Amino acid sequence: MAKYANVNELSDSQLDNLLEPPALVQNAETFHDITESVCSIAEADRMPRSWYVLFTLALCFLGVLGAMIFHLFTTGVGVWGNNQPVAWGFPIVNFVFWVGIGHAGTLISAVLYLFRQGWRTGINRFSEAMTIFAVCCAGLFPAIHVGRVWVIYWVFPIPNQMDMWPNFRSPLLWDVFAVGTYFTVSLLFWYMGMVPDLATQRDRAKTKLRQFLYGIFALGWNGSNRHWHRYERAYLLLAALATPLVLSVHSVVSFDFAVAQIPGWHTTIFPPYFVAGAIFSGFAMVLTLSIPARALFGFKHIITMRHIELMCKVIMCTGMLVGYAYAMEFFMAWYSGNRYEGFTFVNRAFGPYAWAYWTMVSCNVISPQIFWFKRARRCIPLIFVISIFVNIGMWFERFVITVTSLNRDFLPSSWNYFSPTIVDILTLAGSFGLFFTLFLLFCRWLPQVAISEVKNVMPSAHPHGNHGEVNHD
Amino acid sequence: MSQYHFPRWSNKIRPLLAVVALAGPVYLTGIVLYGASPETLNVGYAPEQPVPFSHKLHAGDLKMDCRYCHTTVEESAQASIPPTKTCMNCHDRIHTESPRLEKVRESAKTGQSIPWVRVHDLPDYAYFDHSAHVTKGVSCVECHGRVDQMDVVEQVAPLSMGWCLDCHRSPESHLRPVDEVTNMSWTSEIDREELGAKLREVNNIHPRQDCSTCHR
Repeated sequence: MAKYANVNELSDSQLDNLLEPPALVQNAETFHDITESVCSIAEADRMPRSWYVLFTLALCFLGVLGAMIFHLFTTGVGVWGNNQPVAWGFPIVNFVFWVGIGHAGTLISAVLYLFRQGWRTGINRFSEAMTIFAVCCAGLFPAIHVGRVWVIYWVFPIPNQMDMWPNFRSPLLWDVFAVGTYFTVSLLFWYMGMVPDLATQRDRAKTKLRQFLYGIFALGWNGSNRHWHRYERAYLLLAALATPLVLSVHSVVSFDFAVAQIPGWHTTIFPPYFVAGAIFSGFAMVLTLSIPARALFGFKHIITMRHIELMCKVIMCTGMLVGYAYAMEFFMAWYSGNRYEGFTFVNRAFGPYAWAYWTMVSCNVISPQIFWFKRARRCIPLIFVISIFVNIGMWFERFVITVTSLNRDFLPSSWNYFSPTIVDILTLAGSFGLFFTLFLLFCRWLPQVAISEVKNVMPSAHPHGNHGEVNHD
Repeated sequence: MSQYHFPRWSNKIRPLLAVVALAGPVYLTGIVLYGASPETLNVGYAPEQPVPFSHKLHAGDLKMDCRYCHTTVEESAQASIPPTKTCMNCHDRIHTESPRLEKVRESAKTGQSIPWVRVHDLPDYAYFDHSAHVTKGVSCVECHGRVDQMDVVEQVAPLSMGWCLDCHRSPESHLRPVDEVTNMSWTSEIDREELGAKLREVNNIHPRQDCSTCHR
């Protein structure tokens, strides 16, 4: 503050800079610049070279996933490492990991929308797409682990000849509904928000086929006042519907553990702890995706340093929430005086899986602390590395919760060390193939940035000056 | 601007969508409830057997007891398919030249079993115990039908889980005195429900309905 000792000495522009953070969209003079930079990607004949390299790689991993699933279906779930006492191995770990990643989408698109956070516009389409694809990956794991996958319709409440009905007292069933609802609402939200942009792409399309396909998905949008009015209304309603889901989905996912009576699972802190972790991992994945994408597709003026800095702050905040939860679990284990609970946590930090536990702590609690420094929040390579650390750490969090609580249960005679099989590991790797294949296709053919919404936060959309509504964070 | 808009006739599709949305779940339920049911898929299954053995002739006309061949039905889970030796007890003297019995004689000579085709085939994850049912007064007829009238054995009951549960929930009308279990033509002199209720009490019958009764 010493720099600005006397406010009266400042020039107008200095004062502006002090009072207002940098603009959300930079180096774009007109609305058309935005349209041009987003739409030209889908209209280009060729993608940057690195897109082809990444897409080929993603397809290879997708192929591995297909092969592993074929092997699983033809041989049985014995190809995985799941066994007594660790009956829940990689499939549930991967499921929770992917659902968690899917969290940032709704948070950014719904919660930040309701709180009028203008900076969401640059990244919301991205993160919503990421949500959809992550939930696809998540849904895959419970679906393929049922064993007899050809009778998976038994899990749905359809009257049948067996007089069999889902068990409504089971959190696993609540999970089906929670994730199902989340996926449906996220998909609707993503798609509905995309309709005006799809119409833009339709109107700019040169070939008949593109006009037809974008035309179908643009649902006859013609940009009339009435269309916009209804669109805004529907968007607000969907945002209001989706907001509770941010809290509910991962709370219900945590019930899978918390409702069971295993020490280390049976705790009331799980729902908020899981939600914080999910937002943490979701934002990390948004960064992992958007940092290369903004460079590759030239979105540096739309996803600015300010966006990245804000996301770093969210990561640091949720990372500390998660760290608090880790500490509180230990405190409760001691404070409760329950020797089984106490043993589980000593076992967690110093038992056979100590290596996984400390990987998790270093990645999730320690590494984001660097974002206290502004220079770290503006150093792209560092942020990219930290975001990947967080992804790794959050995968290990689920691994630690699932495996360490099970591998030494109440019966010491059944204690056993869980090791994944090669099929486990390749299936996990393959799920990344599915995720990135879908994501790269999205980057290729759909508007990666919400064109109409970004235009809304540009100064030209507010001819009477910025009344401080859209530009605060 | 060359916009692609939906042609006007596409508006007519909209009421159709409502019909699909309403009829879809009904159709799906129908498919699962009836289409995927063993009642539709399995009842009437009557595979051709390697030897044209007639239950109608042996159990019906000749009045042989079921247990002459299916010896373990009262002691074990399996009713047991008789070995060729059981056939040869009679057939080394009767119809020794019959071409229809060629495979039986060959089996007796070589010691290779006759490859009978299983008609009543439960899924591997369902554990059915014949002895538990037969010794409590559930007759063969209740599940297998009038085998003594069948030239070729066919499946008459659906053997679905819902069908099993129906009887486990209210077994009265399917019970009879234990010594009449293999009497295919037995009929009750009094009301079956009434008799069944008495037998249930006398024989201490409490059919279980928890998962692990059948899925172990």
